[in-house]
Amino acid sequence: MIKIKKGIPLIDQHDKNFLYAKKFGGNFVPETLKKPIEDLTQLFEKLRYNKKFLKQRDYYFDNYIGAPTPFVKLQNLTRHLNGADIWAKVVSEANGGAHKIYNATVHCLIAKKAGKKYIVGDTGAGYAGKMLSMAAKKFGLKCKIFMGAKDIKRQKPNVDAIRRNGAEIVPVYSGSQTLVEAVSECMRYWVSNCDSTHMCVGSTVGPNIFVKICAWSTAQISRELKNQMTNVFGKIPQKVKLINCVGGGSSAMGFWSEFMDYSPIQIEFIGVEAGGPKNSKLHAAPLTNNAKIGILHGAKQYVVQDKEGQISETESISAGLDYPGISPLHCFLKDTKRARYTSATDEEALAAYQLVTKLEDISPSLEPSHAFAEAIKLAPKLNPSNIIVVNSCGDSLKDKFIIKKRLGSYIR
Amino acid sequence: MISKILKTFLECQKEQRPALLTYTVAGDSTKKQSLEIIKSIAEHADIIELGFPHNTPVADGGQIQESSHRALKNGIKLPDVFHIVKDFKQSKHAKPLILMGYFNLILQYGPLAFLKQCKKVGVDGLIVVDLPYPENKSFADQCKLHNVTFVQLLSPTTSKKRIKKIIKDSHDMIYYISMLSTTGGKLKVSPKKILSNYNKIKNINSKKNLVIGFGITTKTIATLKKADGLVVGSQLCKEITRSLQIRQNPVTNLGRMVLNLKRKII
Repeated sequence: MIKIKKGIPLIDQHDKNFLYAKKFGGNFVPETLKKPIEDLTQLFEKLRYNKKFLKQRDYYFDNYIGAPTPFVKLQNLTRHLNGADIWAKVVSEANGGAHKIYNATVHCLIAKKAGKKYIVGDTGAGYAGKMLSMAAKKFGLKCKIFMGAKDIKRQKPNVDAIRRNGAEIVPVYSGSQTLVEAVSECMRYWVSNCDSTHMCVGSTVGPNIFVKICAWSTAQISRELKNQMTNVFGKIPQKVKLINCVGGGSSAMGFWSEFMDYSPIQIEFIGVEAGGPKNSKLHAAPLTNNAKIGILHGAKQYVVQDKEGQISETESISAGLDYPGISPLHCFLKDTKRARYTSATDEEALAAYQLVTKLEDISPSLEPSHAFAEAIKLAPKLNPSNIIVVNSCGDSLKDKFIIKKRLGSYIR
Repeated sequence: MISKILKTFLECQKEQRPALLTYTVAGDSTKKQSLEIIKSIAEHADIIELGFPHNTPVADGGQIQESSHRALKNGIKLPDVFHIVKDFKQSKHAKPLILMGYFNLILQYGPLAFLKQCKKVGVDGLIVVDLPYPENKSFADQCKLHNVTFVQLLSPTTSKKRIKKIIKDSHDMIYYISMLSTTGGKLKVSPKKILSNYNKIKNINSKKNLVIGFGITTKTIATLKKADGLVVGSQLCKEITRSLQIRQNPVTNLGRMVLNLKRKII
């Protein structure tokens, strides 16, 4: 069995064809994109070891994004569930309100170095689009955001924000009109405009270089968390569960990467996928439901598909998790058993949102509510020496219309 | 023994004209009709490209997406595609046939099983849009063992060093993508520029048959007739859409359109 190597960043544990465990990831792209991908790969490999660039990155992480984001104990939820000690890493406090700002900022910095004036990106929940448009504005890049027509309707607050930032939203009407189509259309646009335009893929998916840049960017979350845990507990505690929602998997990768070399007994990674509506066969949980390996958006991964290899329709209340594929890095973590994956239904996520919002000062969006749903399930079974940390990587404000429709009212 | 694809190029060279290649989607708008369409086209075209549709195509523009969507909606599956090929290859105007699509369908079918089936029904070549060089090396070798021409793609972004490597590993036909675009884009590069890039590639190895595709229509085809072959796809898919909308028979309309294309290059 293939194992994760210690001391080497997970993103670099691929072979010469950019495959992890010889079967996940790679660059299954049209010939036209080979060169731009190669150029970007070379540029990124140079920049990530360049002290000046790192200084620049850290400057913007500290002063623009706001580092570190809070690490707080959820006193009331802990008391209410009467089991494990529950904490949250409140990544939604980052500028813009979600972890997507890390990837967006790094992509804009890279685009500037590459001398590109235009930047394009995909978005599902609208966060990746909002952050990219924000960062693009900050760094003086012209920005286009591809977004499924269904998502434009259900994530209006973020759509408004994207427009306020001066970016153009390109609605995508093909197929499911959600994230999967937005990513396809964005890639198609890049095929036609790769000479002048930089592409930002909004999660740890797509051709290998985009998986790498995204995971490298969100890693800031676990760098901060490691320090914060050491400060609070005096050392990294003995029994920790890091629970994170996974759609494409960018926030989870960032939340876990610095803890990769710890034993799974000390630091357990739990990824929570979107199980979809309770009594529906549709879901967006390829890892939980043992989907087969296929190719989606340039990478081999577990993907929800039919027997022929057509990508299947997914369904989730959370636009950010509503994606048939999953990062090749998470496929790698699943196969090596470093992480465990499960799913929460729409209803469970809504209930979790309600409970956390009622008891605590934070109000997670529907994506991290999936992770809270798992925490709520687990906590009562554990004793207080167990520490659960949930990555609260988005704020419910963007979901206020969905929540109001489903629950009758929206509180935050 | 030389392949039917190579034989076709040699015949066209004798006639001092480019080979005319067409692309339509299997199952558009029905299985039966797509077979009738390629039979009708084959009276004038030299090589038939037949798409096996995928619902997440990252390199196709609106026209071909629409054709693929129609075909999938009508329930087209790979066994149907092979059936269409088999029927076509036994028809009166049978021509070399190249299947074109995305790798995931081949992967799920099983690459070896797929090639065995190709050989069985008489597929002459394969274009796999998202399986670039060198990732395609082992699959391309398998193709050769099954007497299937694996068509390598080159684009304006392909470096000279890479072009040389790809040509070295290529089979009987190479496909040059005329411009940075998905399929069906408007020709945004001058024919002169395209031919200059084309000649750079031919200068590396003049024996390789190099076809040009993307953005070629009735309007532009004559300007590129120095090439070994020219591919028209999106215009044909668009004509199917138009014919269906005005309730005309796509079979006769496409036959006429391809005849018209042919006239412009002889």
